[in-house]
Amino acid sequence: MRAAVRTGWRIGAAAAAALRGRAGRPLSQAAGEGGGAEGGGGGGSGSREAVERLVREHPVVVFMKGSPAQPLCGFSNAVVQILRLHGVEDYRAHDVLQDPDLRQGIKDYSNWPTIPQVYLNGEFVGGCDILLQMHQNGDLVEELKKLGIRSALLDAEKDQEKK
Amino acid sequence: MAPPTAEELRERLRERLQAEHVEVQDNPQLCPGSFRVFVVSGKFRGLKTLQRHRLVNEALGEELGRIHALEQKTLTPEQWEEQQRPSLA
Repeated sequence: MRAAVRTGWRIGAAAAAALRGRAGRPLSQAAGEGGGAEGGGGGGSGSREAVERLVREHPVVVFMKGSPAQPLCGFSNAVVQILRLHGVEDYRAHDVLQDPDLRQGIKDYSNWPTIPQVYLNGEFVGGCDILLQMHQNGDLVEELKKLGIRSALLDAEKDQEKK
Repeated sequence: MAPPTAEELRERLRERLQAEHVEVQDNPQLCPGSFRVFVVSGKFRGLKTLQRHRLVNEALGEELGRIHALEQKTLTPEQWEEQQRPSLA
């Protein structure tokens, strides 16, 4: 069984919407490990609190180089293309090239050395190679389904069946 | 900070992960400091992909600071053997 089973995945669409609305305050308190609260907004764009807020603002959040309209790196582009294949066009993308603090902060947050980074429902999923593997083995369709997002690939299959 | 060589990474991964098989590809002309690694190790058994990749990151240790980009493929010895078996059409 390849499907990732983490408690976060079981959150339904309603709860995900609630997470989006909360601006991360109670969540960041729960997640804080050492260092304590950074003090609302004063921690800088790369602070743990700031990053926490970003990863939770939408079910699908991507930290990349460039933008979805204009990726500036092959790996970031791959992430955008994979999401597009699944019909996921509505997501939050953050260009780390625009913000060196965020660029370092996101790596510290996930303890992951490279960009792009993909977060589903506030949890770090991996970079481009992991997303590609998930796309190829069907896991991505499943994970999107848990977020209440129906992959476009399922509809493509359905059309095939109708013929 | 100069990036590590493919050979350095290969040796480190082989040693730290007791890997059966390690391949490291770099492309210094096109993209210095970017590497593609393929590791076969019993240490991956029972671990999901993300956990395996984290294990590799740990094994790379301080070299990771000198790496610009990293792609990974990780298999257990059993998975690798299965992949190598010629497919019976």
